Amino acid sequence: MRWRTARRVLRQPTGAVGVFIVVVILLVAFIGPLVSPHSPTETLGPPNAPAGAGFPLGTDFLGRDVLSRLLHGGRSVILIGLSSTLVAYLVGVLAGMYAGYRSGIRDMLTMRFVDLLLAFPPLLVLLVLVAGGGEHVWVLVVGVIAVQAPAIARITRTASLSVRQMPYVEAAQARGDGTLTIWRQDIFPNILPPLLADFGLRFSISVILIASMNYLGLGLQPPTADWALMMSENRVGITLNPWGVLAPAIALALLTVGVNLVGDAYLRAVTRSTVQRGTWRSRLWGRGARAGLATLPSSGGVAQIDDEVR
Amino acid sequence: MSLVSVSPESPAGEVAAAPPSRTRLRHRFPLAFYVLRRVLAGVVTVLIASAVIFAAITLLPGNVAQIILGRNATPQTVSAIEQQLNQGHPAWDRYLHFMGHLFSGHLGYSTAGLVAGQNTSVGSIIGPAFAHSAVLAVITMLLFIPMVIILGLAAGLRAGSARDTTISVTSLAISSLPEFLVGTLLIVLFFDRLHLLPPVSSLAPGESPLSNVKILVLPVLTLLLVSLAFGSRVLRACVADIVSQDYVVLARINGYSKRRIVFRYVLPNALPPTIQLIAQQLQYLIGGLVVVESVFDYPGIGTALVNAISVHDVQVVMVVSIFLAAFYVLINVVADVVAILLDSRVRTTIS
Repeated sequence: MRWRTARRVLRQPTGAVGVFIVVVILLVAFIGPLVSPHSPTETLGPPNAPAGAGFPLGTDFLGRDVLSRLLHGGRSVILIGLSSTLVAYLVGVLAGMYAGYRSGIRDMLTMRFVDLLLAFPPLLVLLVLVAGGGEHVWVLVVGVIAVQAPAIARITRTASLSVRQMPYVEAAQARGDGTLTIWRQDIFPNILPPLLADFGLRFSISVILIASMNYLGLGLQPPTADWALMMSENRVGITLNPWGVLAPAIALALLTVGVNLVGDAYLRAVTRSTVQRGTWRSRLWGRGARAGLATLPSSGGVAQIDDEVR
Repeated sequence: MSLVSVSPESPAGEVAAAPPSRTRLRHRFPLAFYVLRRVLAGVVTVLIASAVIFAAITLLPGNVAQIILGRNATPQTVSAIEQQLNQGHPAWDRYLHFMGHLFSGHLGYSTAGLVAGQNTSVGSIIGPAFAHSAVLAVITMLLFIPMVIILGLAAGLRAGSARDTTISVTSLAISSLPEFLVGTLLIVLFFDRLHLLPPVSSLAPGESPLSNVKILVLPVLTLLLVSLAFGSRVLRACVADIVSQDYVVLARINGYSKRRIVFRYVLPNALPPTIQLIAQQLQYLIGGLVVVESVFDYPGIGTALVNAISVHDVQVVMVVSIFLAAFYVLINVVADVVAILLDSRVRTTIS
């Protein structure tokens, strides 16, 4: 079944291109540091030297090798983005299942808290946290979680509300299963598909938020090699060595565009498949997925997921 | 697709499901009651948000004064700053003090200014910045609204066509790029390659951005590209949805002209989502401006905020963040109220 979804993704032109781009960029980010010709933090030549002998992409504003920094600069943003998105899912899913499974005052209080977090402009959440907590990696991670988890909690709650009324959940309750067991065995597996659907889009939003903070100088600090940081550092030398800015820009663009293309193709692959099958699961799919999307602060298809974070 | 954005503060469902017997007034004026309730919820949200911002900025680090001044601060300057921040008082007291001043129009003095030994009022820093940002935002929105409608119609009226695919794939790609990246690529193209436009949009103090329109082109273009990429996808989905509705199909069977179908059936039905989209774009601009202004060094509210954060200017950070959060909530409230007034279906649900 999973293989069928994978094939459906690959059969779409955008999906195939997206998978190719993502694989290439992951190779650059994770194999890159092993094959990089120089140290990313060592001054090796004159500042802002154009591409040429010794330096295929020239040197940056401090005379460091742009190629080496490019090969080292992807890992941090991908790993921070991925880990914070995963923790956001963990927090959001637990909060959403709690609110959806326990109705009444506990549901209301959880959702009011979620609403409060959603009432902040996403970038402002990160800016305020950095203003209070300083420029640390963990502040970025906490900020991304604070931005992403509430939306995930909403979708989870909507999906688990409908699953909660299923006969098998009642059966489990009658059997005397513990709450955590019911969550793990009956609810979680059945709300997973609509949650996974926008994982790719959420990951790319996390990457964009973190990269923006790095670009503003409020995230990772020099001399770290990071694509967004490289772009802001080398901006002054743009006429002397445009590759100092262009190379990391292209790498970052490929990462976010590739992930979005895959996410978009995945979404299309699974929604089409469920329309065709029409089992009870597809009903949940349609309702869960659509209800989840409708509760986002906007309306209108998949596109809104990236809006809500801007 | 739902036509009303379900706002974070008060889900429409809850209003509909409320018990029917509370007060007489509520039944006589359901709409006014809803609007009032929505506005009150917004005010409460802003108040809580301001408390959260205050807490996050003043309570997270240990000694604010020490952090601002660095390690080699003399005890005298530390105590002077502490006095200004009222460090001796409990947090809730400081918060009430701060909010009281905010409501009476006293924005306070820049903390960074006090460190340097001068009384710079926050108003004199953020006043011009707000004006500069407003120029950027207004120009962007004026261009955005007609362009997004044209793009949305062009793609949505012929869903699945080559034209639709071109617009959709391009906008998917652009909308997945960070703003600073789009801005940087535009700088490389228009400054480094074509030598047409300046790469920085800085202004002399007191200078109006409108006196040098050239510097506005690239920031506006960046914001516009990213907004259009997102907006055209939303509007395309909405137009494609309307076109497949029975009443449009019937109109086509009846042989109505294409223009009549678009202007009589499609556009009026696309109005509520378009209003929502415009509201979303205004909200998006809050974050977008911060980044784009920094890319081009444009002296707006975004650069003011980023600079204040990097020099730990606590007072400016708090005032600007609370203003931005309040603006965000305000747009939510206005958008919800407009949605109610425009859409008769939602109105009936409420009454």
